[in-house]
Amino acid sequence: MKTLIKIFAAAAALGLMPAGAAAQEANLAQPKQELAAQPQSAGAPRDQISAQSQASPAQPQEVSDPALATPAAEEPSNSQVAQTMLGAGTKPTPGIGQPDGRMGVQDQFTPIGEEAAWFHNVILMPVITVISIFVLILLLYVVIRYRRAAHPIPSRTTHNTLLEVVWTLVPVLILVVIAVPSIKLLANQYSPPKADLTVKVIGNQWYWNYQYPDHGDFELTSNVLSDADAKKRGEPRLLGVDERMVVPAGATVKLIITSNDVIHAFGVPAFWVKLDAVPGRLNETWFKADKPGVYYGQCYELCGARHAYMPIAVEVVPPAQFAAWVASKGGTMPGGAQRASGDETATSPITNPAATAADVTNTSGGSATETSPEPSNIVNAVGTAPVSTQGATNSKRGDSQ
Amino acid sequence: MTDTTANAVHFETAHGHHDAHHDADHKPGFFARWFMSTNHKDIGTLYLIFAIIAGIIGGAISGLMRAELAEPGIQYLESWVTMSGGAASFDAGLHLWNVLITAHGLIMVFFMVMPAMIGGFGNWFVPIMIGAPDMAFPRMNNISFWLLIPAFLLLLGSTFVPGTAAGNGAGTGWTVYAPLSTSGHQGPAVDMAILSLHLAGASSILGAINFITTIFNMRAPGMTLHKMPLFVWSVLVTAFLLLLSLPVLAGAITMLLTDRNFGTSFFDASGGGDPILYQHLFWFFGHPEVYIMILPGFGIVSQVVATFSRKPVFGYLGMAYAMVAIGVVGFIVWAHHMFTVGMDVNTKMYFTAATMVIAVPTGIKIFSWIATMWGGSMTFQTPMMWALGFIFMFTVGGVTGVVLANGGVDNYMHDTYYVVAHFHSVLSLGAVFGLFAGWYYWFGKMWGRNYNEILGQLHFWIFFIGVNVLFFPMHFLGLDGMPRRYPDYPDAFQGWNEVATTGYMIMALGMVFFFVNIVWSLIAGKKTPDNPWGEGATTLEWTLSSPPPFHQFETLPKVD
Repeated sequence: MKTLIKIFAAAAALGLMPAGAAAQEANLAQPKQELAAQPQSAGAPRDQISAQSQASPAQPQEVSDPALATPAAEEPSNSQVAQTMLGAGTKPTPGIGQPDGRMGVQDQFTPIGEEAAWFHNVILMPVITVISIFVLILLLYVVIRYRRAAHPIPSRTTHNTLLEVVWTLVPVLILVVIAVPSIKLLANQYSPPKADLTVKVIGNQWYWNYQYPDHGDFELTSNVLSDADAKKRGEPRLLGVDERMVVPAGATVKLIITSNDVIHAFGVPAFWVKLDAVPGRLNETWFKADKPGVYYGQCYELCGARHAYMPIAVEVVPPAQFAAWVASKGGTMPGGAQRASGDETATSPITNPAATAADVTNTSGGSATETSPEPSNIVNAVGTAPVSTQGATNSKRGDSQ
Repeated sequence: MTDTTANAVHFETAHGHHDAHHDADHKPGFFARWFMSTNHKDIGTLYLIFAIIAGIIGGAISGLMRAELAEPGIQYLESWVTMSGGAASFDAGLHLWNVLITAHGLIMVFFMVMPAMIGGFGNWFVPIMIGAPDMAFPRMNNISFWLLIPAFLLLLGSTFVPGTAAGNGAGTGWTVYAPLSTSGHQGPAVDMAILSLHLAGASSILGAINFITTIFNMRAPGMTLHKMPLFVWSVLVTAFLLLLSLPVLAGAITMLLTDRNFGTSFFDASGGGDPILYQHLFWFFGHPEVYIMILPGFGIVSQVVATFSRKPVFGYLGMAYAMVAIGVVGFIVWAHHMFTVGMDVNTKMYFTAATMVIAVPTGIKIFSWIATMWGGSMTFQTPMMWALGFIFMFTVGGVTGVVLANGGVDNYMHDTYYVVAHFHSVLSLGAVFGLFAGWYYWFGKMWGRNYNEILGQLHFWIFFIGVNVLFFPMHFLGLDGMPRRYPDYPDAFQGWNEVATTGYMIMALGMVFFFVNIVWSLIAGKKTPDNPWGEGATTLEWTLSSPPPFHQFETLPKVD
């Protein structure tokens, strides 16, 4: 069975799509065009679709429109699509921050996630497995030992005080053993370190808004990618979005979560984060992810027809790259670009931002290509490492231009 | 427990002047008997027929769901919209999905498990087991049943009136959370669903009053509370849970109704209300509700295990008061269904601890069942197989409940398929196994003909394999992060979803044997003796004929 799953995962990674997906693309095309009319942080004209004019990654839906208009489109007319970068350009890694058909919890990338996964995998799972097997063995034993053929005269025993006390107290003890790390985990979840930045997450039917109040209060609208777009961009289907929530690695991110209409739930399994987005409430949670990468989540509270079509993508990037990304969105770094300038080496857990940024963009493969059209403002605003790495990756995908 | 079976002759001699009407086996004409019934056995039969019909509909809906989920992508939803007369669009298909999950949940909870457990087996056997001639309020018993019919019709009808702009029907989930059920569903479908729940709730409240009164006041001489069969205990506890929890649901959905129609804003933050208030009210009902569904199953399993082990139940008082404890604690753990709404950390710690406490009385029950079999002389007819399956599968479903009880861990599992796997383990493999155990245990008693043992065993084994293949992989899907209530999913989830759909087909095959068995047994089954199970069957129903006389115990049995 496991190999079967692996094959599926591999197929998914290769972008093989199941039957019926083509029909669905056609359907997704229409809703996406409506949604593209949602307010954007920077408004580029909708018909601006030629490859060269892909000025800002803030407008990826626009880019996807031509592809959607011809669903199941002939292959690489993708020059428009592939050129627009998602988020800060990090490529997703199969098996990290996304489901892969496994039989356990996803790999964790936050301290809370590691603690919780340890509690689940090392304490809870063995305990419940042992209890289930213990009950199964007892059942099999009585079934064999006390079947009528083996034991024709039933006893009349109906009480055994010692036994009854034991099977009351032992479960109590087991529960106490479970409760201690459980309560500790809860306490830790509710004791965040001082936040380095705040992202306000707003659920809508059926997309997410991300606001960066500490960075000039710019806002992103994050829509699901159509199947065709996801395939072209190497994003997992129904997980890839046009605007990722980008956060710096190693930073404590405070999430303020609310909703504009019905209740949604913001959940990212790889961070062990899930919190409802409730209209009229500001819910707060946090995460601190050290490893750069793309981590996917989904809406976890039934919110209407397209509940399954408002995924979440959190992109964790080195701080310098984050600053560049903020600038590309028209935001500003707080405190006079303290994070954006060279001294971030001091505050960041990553010692060499330039090198790491280069690594990340390299591993990110093709999509990094297209940082080049956009960073004109980055160069001005930040003028540091991330941009300088673009040339190297550019050649990789030169053929697609 | 000894007894004396009532006998028509005794009764007639005592009340000779109206002899024709007091014949214990005199039955009214068809319409009066089935539509104006005051007879607990007939009403129980009506409930069981109703539950089977509702179960077929609810089970067919889950078949549609599994078909759609077999592969990634939307395969069928739009064509189903067209088939049901709607205008197909992508959103209409997705809305239909939400209608299906809502209908499946509501039908299985309110119109299948509850009517079968309490209305069906409760009505049939509680009066007999306590040596009573009938329920305390026979006419109220009848209206309890007949309220379910319009309730069910309202729910089914709601799928044919507008719900959202995307299509017909209420796509709110069985929890009907505001504001999806208020501002998110402008059409009248949700109003109909709410009224359906009102009627079903009223039906259950009346039934609960009836059971409590019957059990407290109509026990035969010598039948003290501590001598009552455990099935009666389970129905008594269940009736209290119903009586105390359903009015809260009624209040909550009434507030929904006024929010929707009369401009109130109980659950509307923009008017000073709070959507989370609805969830608190709903789950204050909803958590006892899950025990309402499982406790009668506990009772049935206790009877079956004792009967087929030929040994009295081990730790009878512990078993009875474990159910009482589960019922009491069940009222103070509701917010574990809401761990992700944004709760205070202390609240979360409390609900974590309180929820885990439930594992203790549940453990007592599991171990007492095993101890009942220990030293017994067991045979493995169909009812016993279902009971054994129940004990193991309920353990599996119970331990995943302990995982979910941890608020810090639930952050991950909440609203994933892990939860779906958990509650189907305790309901579809727990409550439903309890139902089938009761069905086969009492089949001959109720209908007077033996079920077919081979078909029964085939039903058990195929169903058992099917539901495990169906639901166990859902744990893996949930651990990998797959959200509930999704008609389409990232491709990585395909493998286990295919397995689950295969499991559904196996289960459906098992159900074929259930229906074939009913038809075959009612036509060609051997006549059932008073007590087909032998010395292990000690409760009063086995002292009566099969089926029991239309009116039993006209001379009360004495229990010592």
